[in-house]
Amino acid sequence: MPDIPASARRAVEAIWRIESARIVATLTRYTRDFALAEDLAQEALAEALEGWPAHGVPANPGAWLVAVGKRRAIDGWRRTALQDERYAQLARERELDETDAAADVPWDPDVIDDDVLRLVFIACHPVLSREASIALTLRTVGGLTTEEIARAFLVPVATVQQRIVRAKKTLAAAAVPFEVPPREEYPARLSAVLSVLYLIFNEGYAAASGDEWMRTELAREALRLARVLAGLVPREPEAHGLAALMEFLVARFPARVDRAGHPILLADQDRTRWDRALIARGRAALARADALGRGRGAYGLQAAIAECHDVAASVDDTDWARIVVLYEALGRVAPSPVVELNRAVAVSMAEGPATALRLVDELVAAGALAGYGLLPSVRGELLARLGRPDEARAEFARAIAQTANERERAVLEEKLRALRA
Amino acid sequence: MSKFMLIMRGTDAAKEAFENVDFTEVLAAMGTYNESMLKAGVMVGGEGLSPEAGLVVDFDQTPPVVTDGPYGETKELFNGFWILDVPTIEEAAEWAKRAPLTPGNKLEIRRIQGVEDFPADNEWVKKEQEWIEHGYREQPQTDA
Repeated sequence: MPDIPASARRAVEAIWRIESARIVATLTRYTRDFALAEDLAQEALAEALEGWPAHGVPANPGAWLVAVGKRRAIDGWRRTALQDERYAQLARERELDETDAAADVPWDPDVIDDDVLRLVFIACHPVLSREASIALTLRTVGGLTTEEIARAFLVPVATVQQRIVRAKKTLAAAAVPFEVPPREEYPARLSAVLSVLYLIFNEGYAAASGDEWMRTELAREALRLARVLAGLVPREPEAHGLAALMEFLVARFPARVDRAGHPILLADQDRTRWDRALIARGRAALARADALGRGRGAYGLQAAIAECHDVAASVDDTDWARIVVLYEALGRVAPSPVVELNRAVAVSMAEGPATALRLVDELVAAGALAGYGLLPSVRGELLARLGRPDEARAEFARAIAQTANERERAVLEEKLRALRA
Repeated sequence: MSKFMLIMRGTDAAKEAFENVDFTEVLAAMGTYNESMLKAGVMVGGEGLSPEAGLVVDFDQTPPVVTDGPYGETKELFNGFWILDVPTIEEAAEWAKRAPLTPGNKLEIRRIQGVEDFPADNEWVKKEQEWIEHGYREQPQTDA
């Protein structure tokens, strides 16, 4: 690749982020082959990176990229046509289509939203591994480069490339159609899409290590994709619920690390640094989910819990009784010992440590959270508040032994020291 | 991500040209443009300013002098703005290039300051954040 000035490269990348989903979707409709369309789109992007810095950006870059992709598709068909008359026919037909489509808008506004939605459903198809779906969604729908994805997930560029190549082969092998899933499959397929976006978000949100800036951007990209999805499926309460959850959590970003980059616990964050505009957006998204009148799902409930924190001026001002109720509901729609542990923490704030300790002891007895570092750390906290320092120390020591995260360890060691004092 | 403001300015000539265009067409073009940014999850706000003459409060003298606006010598009038939430200023510029504007108009792109640009311990900075959350209404003094 020739030397490209950084500013020109950033400009091309900006265009790509805006256009990639529509370009890949349009080329998929055109070639009826997602894997081929993705290749063509990447080739068009490479051509843009080579040509635009020297010759200038075309007036309609999206149309230009689609036209290059189509031209390369026709070239490919022509080459194959030497062996197979069917491809020659395809190439001739499509070339005729092209002469009609002289308009500078490369996509039909009436179908492009559906095509982008189809693209989302392909990228998050259940035949793919989670890693593959994440990489494919970020590259095709989000318009991130392979390098950016690799940076965000702390893996080599080659790994991301392999995941994408493999994913495309898998989709081809499974003959996955370019369609919005039929009614009977829709709920499960939508839930797969939501969970991929949630995983992308978490990868950025749970930032325990690595490139903090890139991870923050990853969480924000997941939020943008959730907003896009909610716009594409406005009748789905959980799409709004997921967007709301992300708005509420991203709102805390300005307060979540100290100057040295160490994470600050929710209880210790300076809440005046939280982004109020995002909190307002989160409340609006949750209201949209509720207005559909079908109740809250797992994301809507988590959003409502996040909202309780975001609107409270401090830990003491938090409506813990409401959070307990929301966790109870969440535990029913999405049963999980982690949810139960969180409920126990909320109970300890609403009703005191004794009741909460009974809940935590039930979880210990059930054994479902063995090896989960937060269990001893929560139990230690409760014992400390109940005035049982010896047992609390033992729990914190256990938690320290179970964590692989250095900063978490530092926080726990601080608690241990405080108990000795 | 950061928030950026696209500040729209236009010359008198651009304003006159605009008055000859079918207003429904302008509405459709602006509507399509705004919708494309909403669908992309990047537009968070925007307003247009009325073309009728305003007033200018000039602080060159004390007390300030109020005159008929806009600026006398200035050739470009501030007509409106968009607020976008995008990762880079290049992406903001790319959206700006797509605005349905005619010659004589300009869009200036500026980053909007966030809470991280201000001292954490200032009480007015804290109050401002509460106002933003409540759509610039003072919070009720008593709890509901």
